[in-house]
Amino acid sequence: MRMDRILLAATVAAGVAVPAGAFAQEVSDDVVKIGILNDQSGVYADFGGKWSVAAAEMAAEDFGGSVLGKPVQIINADHQNKPDIASNIAREWYDTQQVDAIMELTTSSVALAVQGLSKEKGKIDIVTGAATTELTGKQCSPYGFHWAYDTHALAVGTGGALVKAGGDSWFFLTADYAFGYSLEEQTANFVKENGGEMLGEVRHPLASNDFSSFLLQAQSSGAKVIGLANAGLDTANAIKQASEFGIVQGGQKLAALLFTLAEVHGLGAEAAQGLNLTEGWYWDQSDENRDFAERFMKKTGRMPNMIQAGTYSAVLQYLKAVKAAGTDETKAVAAKLHEMPVEDLFAKNGKVQENGRMVYDMYLFQVKKPDEMKGDWDFYNEVLKVPGNEAFLSVDKSGCDVSSFAK
Amino acid sequence: MTMIFGIPLPALLGQLLIGFINGSFYALLSLGLAVIFGLLRVINFAHGAQYMLGAFAAYLLLAHTGIGFWPALVIAPLVVAAISAVIERTMLSRLYDLDHLYGLLFTFGLALILEGTFRWYFGAAGQPYAQPQILSGGTNLGFMFLPNYRGFVVVASIVICLSVWLLIEKTRLGAYLRAATENPQLVQAFGVNVPLLLTLTYALGAGLAGLAGVLAAPIYQVSPLMGSNLIIIVFAVVVIGGMGSIGGAIVTGYVLGILEGLTKVFYPEASNIVVFVIMAVVLMLRPAGLFGKEI
Repeated sequence: MRMDRILLAATVAAGVAVPAGAFAQEVSDDVVKIGILNDQSGVYADFGGKWSVAAAEMAAEDFGGSVLGKPVQIINADHQNKPDIASNIAREWYDTQQVDAIMELTTSSVALAVQGLSKEKGKIDIVTGAATTELTGKQCSPYGFHWAYDTHALAVGTGGALVKAGGDSWFFLTADYAFGYSLEEQTANFVKENGGEMLGEVRHPLASNDFSSFLLQAQSSGAKVIGLANAGLDTANAIKQASEFGIVQGGQKLAALLFTLAEVHGLGAEAAQGLNLTEGWYWDQSDENRDFAERFMKKTGRMPNMIQAGTYSAVLQYLKAVKAAGTDETKAVAAKLHEMPVEDLFAKNGKVQENGRMVYDMYLFQVKKPDEMKGDWDFYNEVLKVPGNEAFLSVDKSGCDVSSFAK
Repeated sequence: MTMIFGIPLPALLGQLLIGFINGSFYALLSLGLAVIFGLLRVINFAHGAQYMLGAFAAYLLLAHTGIGFWPALVIAPLVVAAISAVIERTMLSRLYDLDHLYGLLFTFGLALILEGTFRWYFGAAGQPYAQPQILSGGTNLGFMFLPNYRGFVVVASIVICLSVWLLIEKTRLGAYLRAATENPQLVQAFGVNVPLLLTLTYALGAGLAGLAGVLAAPIYQVSPLMGSNLIIIVFAVVVIGGMGSIGGAIVTGYVLGILEGLTKVFYPEASNIVVFVIMAVVLMLRPAGLFGKEI
């Protein structure tokens, strides 16, 4: 470890451009270790879960299993959606397990905690599973990156589509933590900017089983759109119970702001049909995607959603950056991650902003009717593409003080 | 419009009814728990998993054999009861002579294994289960739209709770059961097969959980996690009602469902802790629970 530092210092001091590869020994502890930390047993276990671990392993394999002549190792743990548990695992990984970067980090409260810790420890984190824009906003980190999606992209994609279709009054069912607030606030802002109004909101605890009480409040508000600012099993249960209480039949529309292929599959086409949702990736969009999805299917028995494909991309890009930097030292790799375009099966022409936000095109999808489906996972029709610069906040609007990043 | 605490009366009535519907599930589940604890002195942490098993049994019956909701309402609880009877006979019964803690740990471990296995196989997002045709749609009550199926759940739960209470408190079989827990040696001396009685009791409690699971399947996602979300609340219900008091568990189940429903209107953020706040207060004022006998 110390030897590496000295070597690096020497390189920097000399100020000479050294060809990559010449410093194959610049890998700390002779292994590049990536930790996938996410919910593997709770309400978000399908959202990313152990399937994200599988995607990360595929990325490591596709990269060749080693970088700069050292093996790449993927480890994983279940954080149970608890920031304290997640922080303890992350601390142990960084301090005693030689983990170089932590990724995935489903659940915003957890992602914020682990990103804070990573910043303090001078380590890289790439978030694919959490949504809050705070990660690249007020709580941004020079070594923190946000892949896949965020609450702003969801607000613009799904919220925008419904406002355009005449949904100008909204009532929110909001998960009672950082992610829910962020999603509700950004969607509400977007709705108001486009001439709509907010009729109220109700905040429910994470993993509420029964939504009928909240739905009844939403129903009596008379709002044209009921925004579901929650995720995973919570959203699935809310949608299922909304149809039971005749909410959709009564003319109110449901906006599942964060809903992915995994939850659509769990809910079934019968209940999910017609839903608008925003994802950054869908398996049936191109041959390249279908090819990846097929391999993923073979490994896991299911099709990947944007979290899992995004995790694949994040791991791959990290390894590319390590290779380009010629070391796994945090600052050098972070610099490469900021600088290199993202061009893989997940993102086309993706750019990483200074605040760590990876900007690429998102898509608005609509869930097919059951009789339109050609196969078990054939769920989406693509409605429109949301260009990256509209979907994601620019650095000045993000609230991230990039000047505070020490160079 | 009449307002109560700033909430329009019709909205309040709607919320009360919803609370009562949720209370039906609490009552059914806490009933099974109370039966098992009251008669076997086992703290059955696997109750949530048995509830989940009931829902999955209904789902699997429909998906693989085409057997619909009504037959499943009978078959699924029997399947859960049979599995639980085997578990009781082969494993749990060996722990009766030890501290209660062992039974608790055993059933807790069992729940984790069951839930983990189902999660591995089915994923967490769960599986959909359709309502029976005849109960689809709803009735407009004037103050709210009541889905017919939920109305059915309320009626079914009241009927089941009453029947079980009568079975245990008013029949000869119930008398044997109560006697067997009071003094097993004496009852055995009268020629009653006590181990069999205990197995049947455990199976009955577990079967009730399975039945609640089938009833829940059309309302909630059939998910491996559905039980673990509920089990802690149900335990609180049993503690508030008084450990082992069957009537207490039923009444408390309904009352807490309603209180929780009201919390969802006035301060939704607290809706998942209100039950525990009540539990703490009850434990301080009446340690044996509202309906339990003072020790």
